[in-house]
Amino acid sequence: MNSIMAIYKRELGSYFSTPVAYVFIVIFLMLAGVFTFYLGGLYERGQADLQAFFNYLPWLYLFLIPALSMRLWAEERKSGSIELLMTLPISISHAVIGKFLAVWLFIGIALLLTFPLWLTLNYLGEPDNPVILSGYLGAFLMAGAYLAIGSCISAITRNQVIAFVISVVVSFGFILSGFPLVLDFFKDWLPQIVVNAISSMSFLTHFNSITKGVIDLRDVIYFVSFIFCWLMANVIVVDMKKSD
Amino acid sequence: MIEVHNLRKQFGVFTAVDDISFKVKKGEVLGFLGPNGAGKSTTMKMITGFLNPSAGTVKVCGEDVVKSPLAVKKSIGYLPEGAPAYDDMTVDSFLRFIANIRGYHGAEKTKRIESAIQKANLESVIHKTIETLSKGFKRRVGLAQAILHDPPVLIMDEPTDGLDPNQKHEVRLLIKEMAKEKAIVISTHILEEVDAICDRAIIIAEGKVKFDGTPKELEAMSEYHNAIRLTVDGYPSLNAEKLLGELVGVNRVAYDRSVGEKTSYQIFAENVDDAVKQISHLAQDQDWVVDELVMEKGRLEDVFRRLTLGETEGSNHE
Repeated sequence: MNSIMAIYKRELGSYFSTPVAYVFIVIFLMLAGVFTFYLGGLYERGQADLQAFFNYLPWLYLFLIPALSMRLWAEERKSGSIELLMTLPISISHAVIGKFLAVWLFIGIALLLTFPLWLTLNYLGEPDNPVILSGYLGAFLMAGAYLAIGSCISAITRNQVIAFVISVVVSFGFILSGFPLVLDFFKDWLPQIVVNAISSMSFLTHFNSITKGVIDLRDVIYFVSFIFCWLMANVIVVDMKKSD
Repeated sequence: MIEVHNLRKQFGVFTAVDDISFKVKKGEVLGFLGPNGAGKSTTMKMITGFLNPSAGTVKVCGEDVVKSPLAVKKSIGYLPEGAPAYDDMTVDSFLRFIANIRGYHGAEKTKRIESAIQKANLESVIHKTIETLSKGFKRRVGLAQAILHDPPVLIMDEPTDGLDPNQKHEVRLLIKEMAKEKAIVISTHILEEVDAICDRAIIIAEGKVKFDGTPKELEAMSEYHNAIRLTVDGYPSLNAEKLLGELVGVNRVAYDRSVGEKTSYQIFAENVDDAVKQISHLAQDQDWVVDELVMEKGRLEDVFRRLTLGETEGSNHE
């Protein structure tokens, strides 16, 4: 526990000791505003909810979270500090969890900073606040899923750009797998059960139901186990690749 | 405290470390010598648990590094090659991070950090970020990190590489100071260092141990060991070499080199003391102006080259 905390503190501190954290937060908030008000048409909708924000969040995450996660392990390997880290008395899984928690919490902070959206809604109308809260919970869980992918892929390469690109592509796959376009493609030649499995792997399927205020245990379990599996893979990749 | 048995590491078809065995006791400083790519770093990485051995075992303080890596890592202080650290941190926050991971807190943590800073002479840079430091300071940050928990075993990969002579001297003093209570392994390709701080030297080349013994024994392997060097002013007659060779017990005489107005000979004899006496008599008889008459200690470079020769060039795997 001690060592997870130490890693976590160091990692979070390293985001704030460089401009990365501030740049990320400013851009995240700006884009969130643009998506919600212009593309999402918060005013035009005439409804006091944050669907306009949550609908675009998966696409915002798609580029911003790999940008945060790409350095997690790639930088350690590039600078050689992984040799220091891996010869300190900590297990790889502790290091992986510590790093993951640091970035996850950081994204949580960025999400919290979108509170003016919520204030605006409450000023303009009477939104269903529990639904919004549920939406934020879903947004946080989904951020963890993107991040787990990014963290694992960051350990595969020592080049941050490659880590970024691959993370975006893989995350994109997990968004698309819920789209009719993709499902139609599979429907013709795969059994229904497989098509359902592909569809159920999608972030969107699970995220959308949470943002509508339905916290289904299955959706929560999906995100938690998704994060768990990718972090397990992350541990294995770090172990295999640490000395390359 | 360190026991290495038949250690082997294979990268694909390339064998980086081939069946290495040795032990290091408490109070001993072991110098790891070898050309670049000989397998020094690979061996150290296996002792510290960074690499898994392909075969063989490593035990540190009685614990097997593969079976209980955490216990081993707790008792080792390791300075990796090039002293990697987190460049965007300040020295102070970096050492705090190490102390946190090592499980210290409160007054104990502060005390440990202060003592490491003081031992590594880092007082002047504690609030600077590591990336702005010079190579020498970076190395000392790595050193401070390695000795923070006062480990019984210290492994240092080229601790003095890239330091200026003063800094080298300081680091060597520090190592000597700590040597009594610890088992220390350092790798180096600076031969003088072996003489300066090591109790024992191991030479490896192509992943194999070529020599294991004290620096004195290493010197003794030099063909120049116990050779007598005679330097005289001017140019004595040509038969000087012959006269020297005719002395009792002298095996061979080599005309060494001419330095300015001087002439020098290497004399290889069975009984050195006896030969020195005879040579000085001969010099008196011949009216040579003797500039120097000394016994050579042995040239480490020669031994090193001889032991490590035949190494394939261009293999960068270390």
